[in-house]
Amino acid sequence: MASKLSISLTVNGQTYGVLVEPRRTLADVLRDDCHLTGTHIGCEHGICGACTVLVDDKPVRSCLMFGVQAEGKAIRTVEGLADGETLHPLQRAFIEHDALQCGFCTPGQIMSAVALLSEGRAGSADEIREFMNGNLCRCGAYGNIVAAIAAVASPPDGR
Amino acid sequence: MNWIGRSLPRLEDPTLLKGGGSYVADRIGKAAAVRFVRSPVARGRILDIEIPSGAIVFTGKDLSDVKPIRSILHRPDYVAIGQPVLPVDRVVFSGQAVAVVVADDPALAEDIADQVFVDIDAVDAVIEVDLALIPGAEVVHPEAPSNVLVEGRMKTSGLDQAFADAAEIITLDLRSHRQSAAPMEGRAGLATYNTATGRVTLTASVQMPHMLRTGIADMLGIAESDLRVIAPDVGGGFGQKMSLFPEYIVLVWLARKLKRDVAWIEDRRENFLASAHGRDQAFTVRGAFSREGKLLGLDANLRSNVGAFSCYPVTCGVEPLMALAELPGPYDFSEYGALSRGVATNTCMMAPYRGVSRPMLTFTMERMMEVAAKRLGLDSIDIRRRNLIDAFPHRSPTGLVYDQGSYRQAMELALETIDLPAFRARQAAMRKQGRYLGQGLSVFSERTGYGTPAYAARGMEIVPGYEIVDCTMDPSGNVELRIGSSPHGQGLKTSLAQLVSDELGIEPDRIRVISGDTDATPYGWGTFASRSMVIAGGASKLAAGKIAVKLKTIAAHLMEADPESVTLKNGWAHISNSNKAMEIGALARAAYHQSYRFAGMSPGLHENAVYDPGGTFSNACHIAIVEVDVETGGVTIERFLVAEDAGVLINPMIVDGQIAGGVAQGIANALFEEVIYDETGNLLTASFADYLIPTSAEIPEIEIVHMETVSPESVTKAKGVGEGGAIGAPAAVINAIVDALSPFGVEIFELPATPQRIRDHLRRAGVSTHG
Repeated sequence: MASKLSISLTVNGQTYGVLVEPRRTLADVLRDDCHLTGTHIGCEHGICGACTVLVDDKPVRSCLMFGVQAEGKAIRTVEGLADGETLHPLQRAFIEHDALQCGFCTPGQIMSAVALLSEGRAGSADEIREFMNGNLCRCGAYGNIVAAIAAVASPPDGR
Repeated sequence: MNWIGRSLPRLEDPTLLKGGGSYVADRIGKAAAVRFVRSPVARGRILDIEIPSGAIVFTGKDLSDVKPIRSILHRPDYVAIGQPVLPVDRVVFSGQAVAVVVADDPALAEDIADQVFVDIDAVDAVIEVDLALIPGAEVVHPEAPSNVLVEGRMKTSGLDQAFADAAEIITLDLRSHRQSAAPMEGRAGLATYNTATGRVTLTASVQMPHMLRTGIADMLGIAESDLRVIAPDVGGGFGQKMSLFPEYIVLVWLARKLKRDVAWIEDRRENFLASAHGRDQAFTVRGAFSREGKLLGLDANLRSNVGAFSCYPVTCGVEPLMALAELPGPYDFSEYGALSRGVATNTCMMAPYRGVSRPMLTFTMERMMEVAAKRLGLDSIDIRRRNLIDAFPHRSPTGLVYDQGSYRQAMELALETIDLPAFRARQAAMRKQGRYLGQGLSVFSERTGYGTPAYAARGMEIVPGYEIVDCTMDPSGNVELRIGSSPHGQGLKTSLAQLVSDELGIEPDRIRVISGDTDATPYGWGTFASRSMVIAGGASKLAAGKIAVKLKTIAAHLMEADPESVTLKNGWAHISNSNKAMEIGALARAAYHQSYRFAGMSPGLHENAVYDPGGTFSNACHIAIVEVDVETGGVTIERFLVAEDAGVLINPMIVDGQIAGGVAQGIANALFEEVIYDETGNLLTASFADYLIPTSAEIPEIEIVHMETVSPESVTKAKGVGEGGAIGAPAAVINAIVDALSPFGVEIFELPATPQRIRDHLRRAGVSTHG
């Protein structure tokens, strides 16, 4: 077995010190070492987007990044969105717009959407469709995902 | 009646959205990792399997006491093939598991698997369905020297006369290439061993937990009570997760053998290689039409590539026999002849995939109508009007009985909604600018919610169909509904809660639906074939109805009224024409704690019901509007409209989600997805980089309008809706492409219509391109 490295990373504001093999991905570290299983692994080759997390506020496919590369970084995962029982506006919008079915791709969809909103690139439905095309949804809820993100980007009541 | 018909937000959602879903991979804890070593070749004799020293590796020889998977149809034309859980002597498709590795973690297991050397004497394989049928072709299984595993035939007495009388005979060759359901979560299993009892719990990403328990217990020769199967949150299935796969049997065997917990999480490549495929079909069809465009008769030669094995429990008859029985679809004609064969090849096995055969059947009939209209100089809508079923119940030439539907009306509604004349004007204007828009339509029937008679008619050894539901109201007035159905993304728990709410007069959040656990639910058949809302829904309604009767009797007794005068609503039992009322929770408590007061009634509130319906047909019309780039062959879908009749909608939002999701997979079938093998049987599309699942950028907004034909064949008045989107979309999209390219006379009879194929058509039509 390869030797392990000790790294420290911050996930959802909490600091984790973990001992990991260099070959293990960030997705593995989050799921197995930090026990945050909300980040799902759908393809392990960087295409489906289910494992998307934010690394220093940028969306990253955690299956394409080694865990050791996250040393000292601030990671945000789907578990870090809700404030206790209060859901993040995107989580609420996903419920209202029926933007999920089986739920497996959903954490990745939401984390990509969080990045999209914070980068201010959710100007129109077309823009959202284009930006979100890195997150596959086999249940085919695309229209509703776009609608949910659009509703948070420009709330109908101007909130 | 106040919850049915509401777009209630799904009760499943909050947990899933917080990352709190619990899929198999989230539950494995410290279980040892399992990795399968897979055959690198499609066909050959196993000479040797070299195992690295010190590694925990098992091969077929170690599992010689495990029976092969043997899926049975009682038909003289069916050849049963045994599928060894791990083969001893020969491999029959690339990706077939030949050995299993157990190690402390998945990466280590993968390292060891790479060091297992499998020496196979590779020989020529047969991959293509029509090549497998040529006499002298390589033989996949010696038991079936012609490679035909199942063969259905029929011919009505007047078929020859229909062709003799025909003004026009249309002959079409159609091809649907192979697709994968490709759920976002692949297969996965965790087998935990209870050292005290020796009992194994298999937690697996499956659609049919009870069937899995039966199958595994049979193959291992153990009692079903020694095995518990749990289907936790399941990341999509679409049919792929309803069959019994060797990997699950091996997992349970390993847990028993090693007396430890073992887990296997399939990777994406394995899912493409060795899970299940579908839709690999080649049809040759002749239609006999009168001068007026009436379809007089249809003669079909239907070939389905079923791969190397026969899926359990539904068998490799699922595609060919569905094709034989349901080709007539929504059209009214009486003369029909067909030969439908399931053909073995050295490829991954076929298993049900959303729509099963009907995407290809609909593609066939809808292309037929278009070509016939052109040939006869008729309008393509008019020719459908002259042929669609319009009287009910309708008996098809294959003996299927269609309940009330709205085939013509749904088409008219779709046409009205899309505004065809306006589109034609725009199409003409755009053509002048060198832009090619087209409109395409499909009409189809979706047979849903069918019970045991339909499966028994196929000759299945294992006959699914009914559902049993246990309904318990506890002393506080809350309900537990235990179902044998096994939802995996359909929001069924919400829809069932709405149904039961209306029966019992309590809010949906007081109803807990329990599924996917053989220890906690009655034996059932799981979720597939657009059946759960109809069948599990029907049984839920019937079971809850029995509790409602008891509640009303108790209320009448306690409030000194006639049971007929009691209504259950908003948590209360009201006596009509009075101000008397009692909380349902108080009645429930009385049922348990004051049972002596209710003579002739069993104590408590625990009832069950069985529902085994004959089946009901949903119907729909899809219209696609596309633009084809004649330079690149690329297709953009501008609009996609569905006019759906699925009876009463229990939760319209969930219904629309099912339709839109099906359409997305149907568009994929029409334009993008294709599982490709090379001629040696090596899989060329084993990743999402090669197998193109559509994204948000390719799938347009799906517009949906509803009709509501109430059928006596469904106690909930709901019809199934899980597959229709996938069934109708390919035909509508291809018809739209053909319409767009009508200036060039392009006709398309092959799925998917990739840019390369469209460019080939245009090139043959003399349309040049740059470079």
